[in-house]
Amino acid sequence: MSQFVRFTIDGTECMAARGQYIVDAARENGIYIPTLCNYPGVKPKGSCRICTVRVNGRLMTACTTPIADGMAIENEIHDIVELRKSIVELLFVEGNHFCPGCEKSGNCELQALAYRFKIMVPRFPFQFPLRKIDASHPKIIKEQNRCILCKRCIRAIRDEKGRSIFAYRRRSNRVEVVVDPKLGKQLTDELAQKAMDVCPVGSILVKEKGFITPIGSRKYDHEAIGSDIENVQITKI
Amino acid sequence: MSKPVVATTSLAGCFGCHMSFLDIDDRILELIELVEFNKSPINDIKKFTKKCDIGLIEGGCCNSENVHVLKDFREHCKILVSLGECAIMGGLPAMRNGIPISECLAEAYLNGPTVSMNEERILPNDPELPILTDKVYPCHEVVKIDYFLPGCPPSADLIWLTLVALITGDELQLPYEVVKFD
Repeated sequence: MSQFVRFTIDGTECMAARGQYIVDAARENGIYIPTLCNYPGVKPKGSCRICTVRVNGRLMTACTTPIADGMAIENEIHDIVELRKSIVELLFVEGNHFCPGCEKSGNCELQALAYRFKIMVPRFPFQFPLRKIDASHPKIIKEQNRCILCKRCIRAIRDEKGRSIFAYRRRSNRVEVVVDPKLGKQLTDELAQKAMDVCPVGSILVKEKGFITPIGSRKYDHEAIGSDIENVQITKI
Repeated sequence: MSKPVVATTSLAGCFGCHMSFLDIDDRILELIELVEFNKSPINDIKKFTKKCDIGLIEGGCCNSENVHVLKDFREHCKILVSLGECAIMGGLPAMRNGIPISECLAEAYLNGPTVSMNEERILPNDPELPILTDKVYPCHEVVKIDYFLPGCPPSADLIWLTLVALITGDELQLPYEVVKFD
């Protein structure tokens, strides 16, 4: 069996190393598939569905589907882009995303996706749910209004024994991500900063670190999310 | 040919969007060549005197007067544009959504740490005062809105490019940096 697989994305012939997921294989070929709950180095979850692509006629999440020989992948197709846009819009109306007052604005992946998709207003009615801010932890603030329940922090932030410091509490539409009351005490400064960086939105904030980057130098002020992948020159073999 | 007529208003907003509008700097001289202003805080015309082509709405609806003005704008303007985050999603005033209105009033006039003068414990009740809505509504949940310009405030370039596109009928080409939510 060859070490490489051949496949197409929107008709473009691509080649990538076997044994990786579609998003990573696409990245190797300079093609950006939008993701939100996915994070480099963390086991993919496929929960946000933003990375949905059509593989040989079936919708699949590109972050959890391994690349295979002969896959015909549809990515930047109108109905798929519309589906992704609608997910971003749903996330905006489901929580309380007040961008003008958010510490993560400009570095927020949800906002950056909205910029990329040129979303001016969500098509769905705003829900304005009543959620609390938990500032009880000495190092971090858990801002529940902004949490999109992607589980990135639960998957990525662990103590030395591999136990998750963040956890889900309650169920269904009342579910929320909280700091484990016992394990949370061990949260080091480095882990707290990592948790803030891992959070795609402004839901985990290190205390006294908000608004640290001035407007104009933030991650998505000048470059759209994914443009770093698209701008890489790929040498075709 | 008569010039297109523009009206503007600030509902539950901070006038920041109007300030950003004035931030088009000397292009305002070009603008008054292109359009005529009707009801607007910019020229202080209080009432519509004719049908308008473009209405710019800043701020969401937090009381009965906002709703009244917004409906008046819808009646008088062919195109309505939601200007800024407050008009689009309620913005800062909408942070009271989810808190009962009685609690908001009690905090502001009876129990808040800065309340010192209200010894008779009166909540504002003059019949002349507009009644607060149960929550702050985005404009498009009250009337039909045609276009949306996000930002807090929307950048002067975004307002300028949009107005020019609406007036000339050309397709709007927006550079990435112009559209921001903050």
